[in-house]
Amino acid sequence: MATNSNLNSGTNVSELIAKNKEKKSLNNYFEKSIPGILFLLASITVLTTIGILYTLVSQAVQFFMEVPILDFFTGTELNPLSQNPEFGILPLLNGTIISSLIAILVAGPIGLMSAIYLSEYATDKVRKVLKPLLEILAGIPTIVYGFFAFTFVTPLIRYLWPGVEATNILSPGIVMGVMIIPMIASLSEDAMNSVPNGMREGSLAMGTTKLETTIKVVIPAAFSGIMASFVLGISRAIGETMIVTIASGSSKNFTFDIRESMQTMTAFIVEVSGGEAPAGSTLHYSLYAVALTLFVFTLIMNLLAKYVSRKFREEY
Amino acid sequence: MEKLEALHLNNKIDARVRKNSIWKSIFFLSTLFGLVVLAVLIIRVLFQGMSWIDIDFIVGRLSTTAENAGIMGAILGTLWVMVVVIPVTLIIGVGTAIFLELYSKKGRFQSIIETNISNLAGVPSIVYGLLGLTVFVRLADLGNVVLAGGLTLALLVLPILIVSAQEALRAVPGHLSEASYGMGATKWQTIRRIILPAAIPSILTGAILALSRAIGETAPLTVLGIPALLIPFPEGLFDTFTALPMQIYYWTIDSSLVAEYANLAAATIIILLIILFLLNSVAIFIRNKYQHRY
Repeated sequence: MATNSNLNSGTNVSELIAKNKEKKSLNNYFEKSIPGILFLLASITVLTTIGILYTLVSQAVQFFMEVPILDFFTGTELNPLSQNPEFGILPLLNGTIISSLIAILVAGPIGLMSAIYLSEYATDKVRKVLKPLLEILAGIPTIVYGFFAFTFVTPLIRYLWPGVEATNILSPGIVMGVMIIPMIASLSEDAMNSVPNGMREGSLAMGTTKLETTIKVVIPAAFSGIMASFVLGISRAIGETMIVTIASGSSKNFTFDIRESMQTMTAFIVEVSGGEAPAGSTLHYSLYAVALTLFVFTLIMNLLAKYVSRKFREEY
Repeated sequence: MEKLEALHLNNKIDARVRKNSIWKSIFFLSTLFGLVVLAVLIIRVLFQGMSWIDIDFIVGRLSTTAENAGIMGAILGTLWVMVVVIPVTLIIGVGTAIFLELYSKKGRFQSIIETNISNLAGVPSIVYGLLGLTVFVRLADLGNVVLAGGLTLALLVLPILIVSAQEALRAVPGHLSEASYGMGATKWQTIRRIILPAAIPSILTGAILALSRAIGETAPLTVLGIPALLIPFPEGLFDTFTALPMQIYYWTIDSSLVAEYANLAAATIIILLIILFLLNSVAIFIRNKYQHRY
């Protein structure tokens, strides 16, 4: 109808067609450029990775030109600010591993038991209340946990266990554990939820109790997912910064005494970068060497989690 | 004899059932453990900080005397960071998600990008701080200004937004776009007019979650060298700034010198948690109000 009225009003048809074609080709041009634009946006994430790797590696190489790589990884002394600075990473590795172990000792059992409750025992109604509440725990900024560890948990521990120092590795370890409970709980619960109900019912029909079914059927079947959640939890704890920075102080102790202050890799980076390291100094480059070690550590843990969940997955 | 065996069997079942119910309550208590800690944390912070919050505290400038200290500078800094983070993450995040879901062919390249994104999500936030320090603060010579901090945090939370935007796009049913193509619409027209509007509530929910992660993040900012000095209020992208988490950090570590600083930190935590709570409420509101079920 519209074309008819146009014809009647005497508009030149070929002109209209030309206009339409022009518009179409403009649209076409636009249409064709869209994938290119989107591709550029998508490649920013790849650039980020390259940026991280390049930054860390190029500066860490500078560091290793001044400090032999073997001394760095086997040195038990870290005195970056003294006259004869020593850069041994072992005190930092020690602090990182101990705090992460404490965290997983807290979060592993509690997270797994929470997952068992939520997935096997809780009614739908209870689950709908508890899960969002646990998610709040995951949404609290880590700086708030740091404050909590320093001003509440540490005094509490010192009251119960005299001899614990004002800054110690135990308190941030426990609080980090609380922080990763929701993560382990929800990932393990996902793993247990994906176990088909037929297996549970088969077991229950044999006359087992729910507990026996959970421990002998559901958990073995969901084992890969549960292990992966533990590994991811440890990786989170290794990379966690603010809690240990605030509550564990900055003594570069090489000790296994959890009552004492220790520094983690992340806390070292905060201390040095927030402070006095002039650009180009060995101290400045040491930041990147430590960060590279941290990056490799967490990357290995994350890849391990993926490997575990793929390799040991039971298909149903 | 037979009776005895039956009795024995019965006892065993009783014991097993009892064991089950005991463990059930242990599992339940474990679930409560996290929530109890959460409650203690919140009550503790409220008690410590509530009495310090008044209008002067919110609109005041930073001061070395605890009674006069205010956090307006930190609030403005956090708002300015949001001004950078929101558009940057939305444009890059949604663009990447559209590319991955609707344009790229399922194949090697796509799986490289997706693996890369999931690995980026696992990189510790402090490493992003070093990236920001090296690239934005030093290389681009921005200094520790709002733009540098905002871009660093934007890169940090980008994986969260991309993954949730991908899920949102995937959830749009195929028949909607089929209908659009059937009407003669081009691919981009279909995306812009049909798919994006249908996915936008879920995308916004993801964006808000990413944003609340960004404004609570402290570690990258400490690496960038964000100060908590008596600096003027930030008025633009190229001004130095401080943010709420940084303020909490400095007051917490200085509380061993001046005890009142711990209360100021608690008061600032309350403000930060209120902002996060409001943001998450908006997210839940959007999810409930605008999410269509197909």
